[in-house]
Amino acid sequence: MTTTVTGAGEDAPAVTYAARIEHVSKSFPAPGTPGGQQLVLDDITLDVAPGEFVTLLGASGCGKSTLLNLVAGLDLPSAGSIRTDGRPALMFQEHALFPWLTAGRNIELALKLRGVAKPERRAEAERLLDLVRLQGAYGKRVHELSGGMRQRVALARALAQDSRLLLMDEPFAALDAINRDVLHDELTHLWRETGLSVLFVTHNVREAVKLAQRVVLLSSRPGRIAREWTVGVPQPRRIEDSAVAELSVEITEELRREIRRHGRH
Amino acid sequence: MAGTDTRVDTTKDGPSTAGDPRDTQELAGLEAGLDALESVPSGRTPLRETLVRKVLPPLTAVALVLVVWQLLVWAEVAPDYKLPAPSAVWDEVTDAWRQGTLLDYIWTSVSRGLLGFLMALAIGTPLGLLVARVTFVRAAVGPILSGLQSLPSVAWVPPAVLWLGLNNSMMYAVILLGAVPSIANGLVAGIEQIPPLFLRAGRTLGATGLREARHIVMPAALPGYLAGLKQGWAFSWRSLMAAEIIASSPDLGVGLGQLLENGRNNASMSQVFLAIFLILLVGIAIDLLIFSPLERRVLRGRGLLVTR
Repeated sequence: MTTTVTGAGEDAPAVTYAARIEHVSKSFPAPGTPGGQQLVLDDITLDVAPGEFVTLLGASGCGKSTLLNLVAGLDLPSAGSIRTDGRPALMFQEHALFPWLTAGRNIELALKLRGVAKPERRAEAERLLDLVRLQGAYGKRVHELSGGMRQRVALARALAQDSRLLLMDEPFAALDAINRDVLHDELTHLWRETGLSVLFVTHNVREAVKLAQRVVLLSSRPGRIAREWTVGVPQPRRIEDSAVAELSVEITEELRREIRRHGRH
Repeated sequence: MAGTDTRVDTTKDGPSTAGDPRDTQELAGLEAGLDALESVPSGRTPLRETLVRKVLPPLTAVALVLVVWQLLVWAEVAPDYKLPAPSAVWDEVTDAWRQGTLLDYIWTSVSRGLLGFLMALAIGTPLGLLVARVTFVRAAVGPILSGLQSLPSVAWVPPAVLWLGLNNSMMYAVILLGAVPSIANGLVAGIEQIPPLFLRAGRTLGATGLREARHIVMPAALPGYLAGLKQGWAFSWRSLMAAEIIASSPDLGVGLGQLLENGRNNASMSQVFLAIFLILLVGIAIDLLIFSPLERRVLRGRGLLVTR
């Protein structure tokens, strides 16, 4: 195991969480008012169990990306604590692949930074590309790949970090509907195969319901946990499944109620 | 008909059973199809097309200049000690070639220029990295560095002669003072243009400190850095010519700048023309043979090269 960045060490007998977020608040300096602070996240407490798939759902301004950055360790919370089982991997809305490297080399760089020895890297990169079904893509440059393929390479690169927790910041939002659908199935497939924990941020209700075991709705300005649903429908699901559709309608209602609250004041 | 209905019902339940291999296969096939549909084949342009589009136009321009020049000579717009004929300059070339001095002139200057440039590279690169990444250094040295770029490097020749004397060290000093700011500034500009997303992605992968500089910052800044190198070479070459023209001494050997100065002293316009052409030619050749291919390679690899 990698040594942990923020919390549970190797001596901890059994880690009961992939991420533990306790009473986390985050404020940023408010623009325009000197010294003023704008509260973005307010008292968030959330556990992601090992192997669990959780989606964070919310309208814009709910601070869901901010929360993900905090969990990734790219920023520090103003209050509260975040512990993760090892350093989490993070996937962005943009593929964030390095254009000066081929698809395979992008993955190898992640392996190298993780400390994998040189002779093993090539084979491991090929294996990961195989996992996202991009067997022939090792030597391809990023610009030669389609949007869907780029996100799959980015997924493979995130998997190369060998983290217990995968953070995803609207990773499929920029894709067209066909590709998004395919990548949903791919992600579900990988999640079930690897036993990873996933914390997935989105503003798309159906996406949240289709993928997750648990959907967490955040209210906006400041972001607070408004409600939670457990999705009982077994995987693999289809967006057209009636149980998925019913729950999506219910969550959409709740989301709209949250958004309307902001129009009143 | 009733049978078909029941089958529809089973397929509805079908996806719910975990790990259906048929489902996985379907997904693989779907992805393969999408990949094939959306990939754009990228190839290189054929040699013939490159020749017609890239080589022919400059050759035409050169030919045109020669024709106009010859016409001016025939029209006798100026006496031949002011405007020598192209053939007179060509005779200078063949003379120098026969005496074996032509390549000496060129090599004396080119070896100086390239060695000076390599030294400027070795100093300018870490300097640029420091200025771009360390806030204090940036505030302290940044403005001076950009200011130095606008100072003509000829201005450094007199102090360099006084400090170091008439020798090769003085030449290198002038080259360094001309080229180091360009190279450093190019790298700083390249680093400033790195999309923040790459830095965030690098940090999540665990690249910090020197590893970040080596694996993320330097490669991401490479296009800007190369532009800086290109300019750095141009500055090296110009500074060197200035130094060679002003500072002449028998132990220094005859470089192209010296050749130009000798032409003036001999009142030989054809020799002056020869020197100017050679200086121009070397500048263009180095750019064409080293920097342009390097730049194109980097840009093509990143899909940034816009053809046409």
